[in-house]
Amino acid sequence: MAMGDLQQTALHDLHVEAGAKMVPFAGYSMPVQYPLGVMKEHLHCRAEAGLFDVSHMGQVRLRARSGQAGDGALALERLVPVDLLGLAEGRQRYGMFTNDEGGLRDDLMIANMGDHLFVVVNAACKADDIAHMRSHLSDDCEIEELDDRALLALQGPAAEDVLSSLVPDVRAMRFMDVIAVDTLFGPLTISRSGYTGEDGFEVSVPNAAAPDLARALLAHDAVAWIGLGARDSLRLEAGLCLYGNDIDATTTPVEAALTWAIQKARRAGGAREGGFPGADIVLAQMADGAARRRVGLRPEGRAPVRAGVVLFDSESGGQEVGTVTSGAYGPSIEAPMSMGYVPTPLASPGTTLYAELRGRRHPVTVVEMPFRPATFKR
Amino acid sequence: MKYTEEHEWLRVEDDVVVVGITDHAAEQLGDLVFVELPEEGRMVVKDEEVVVIESVKAASDIMAPVDGEIVEVNEALVDNPALVNEDATGNGWFFKMKLEDLSVLDDMMDEDAYIKFIG
Repeated sequence: MAMGDLQQTALHDLHVEAGAKMVPFAGYSMPVQYPLGVMKEHLHCRAEAGLFDVSHMGQVRLRARSGQAGDGALALERLVPVDLLGLAEGRQRYGMFTNDEGGLRDDLMIANMGDHLFVVVNAACKADDIAHMRSHLSDDCEIEELDDRALLALQGPAAEDVLSSLVPDVRAMRFMDVIAVDTLFGPLTISRSGYTGEDGFEVSVPNAAAPDLARALLAHDAVAWIGLGARDSLRLEAGLCLYGNDIDATTTPVEAALTWAIQKARRAGGAREGGFPGADIVLAQMADGAARRRVGLRPEGRAPVRAGVVLFDSESGGQEVGTVTSGAYGPSIEAPMSMGYVPTPLASPGTTLYAELRGRRHPVTVVEMPFRPATFKR
Repeated sequence: MKYTEEHEWLRVEDDVVVVGITDHAAEQLGDLVFVELPEEGRMVVKDEEVVVIESVKAASDIMAPVDGEIVEVNEALVDNPALVNEDATGNGWFFKMKLEDLSVLDDMMDEDAYIKFIG
């Protein structure tokens, strides 16, 4: 796709001004790195605070036609295996849209804003997700894409100090709290969450005010722009899935080790058991186990073992047993890290497998994730 | 200093040729995180893959710029691949080669030609 066909976010001019290298990503021209470079951006985010433009992601408002917030929650529960009726006002949950085979159409964040649900979906899936919600939920919900809003993530140990200088209310927030607040930058929706394993916030801001908000944040010495390159190594150290790599239409929540996101109310024997696409398959796998599972992998040595690398059960000969879905060098753990799918009997931490790299097999060890412990403010 | 179209530089030091990648190449690759060096004493031919490097973005190969013997490798890169990004034409050298005949360097680009080449 030519750069000219790409959409731009409201922060595009700021990225160019900051010297970003812009690349096509999910139909948008996005910053992959700034002059600091991927490695230093990653470390800066962990040491101080990183600012990410994630405006390419889809922001959607779901409002129950009945005017009853619970009706919106119950409606969306038809598409996601998450307990939304039990999601308190001002709180956010991770979830996923399932398909009829129990696979994942997308993963998303869902917040209860009192009179509506605020949903954030992946850029590459947003058109499909919105069509999916409209086709299944329009009788009960008004579904509005908030394409007049940008999304900024501020992540890292200095995020609270920086953002609270502009929006004092954020100090009182805990991990996965969400607030709507009127500011000099217009009406903001702020969640205390992110995609780095760091404490931090995601801020939905009107497009017109987004550059001013970004400049106000960047005025703090602690804040630096972080591109998509470092965003990937940060999320991988945190053990978080990238839709399209680590999870997709062929991976179930059980295979993807995401059953923690399916609360008791939606499980077998729960108050609202099943009731989402592919529930029979997902609940059966929760009872009986799945044949494969997503695991963390630590390669021996320094060579990164990247997406697409094949895993074997033996140093020579043997069987092909799995595939790496994400892999990179982790700047904070100072070692390579990967995730991938392996047969469940080989998914126990400590299991040694072999990754075939440039014709040679390198030992990799199955490990617990995250690779680096999260620093959320719970 | 001489340059190849593969963005390597070659510098004659006494009777050996030191080989590395250019600042331009290092910048394009991004931060290096892994370097695999050849065995010392290995005889190589031009365009043979002799070094594997991985940056934060991807894996690439570095080819032998000429025929010859690898007489020394920069072991410091194994523990600290970032040396290449910090000082590509100095401490970030990859290997030293002994050549039959140094005149093969005469046809290679000089600095002006290389700067023109990368535009």
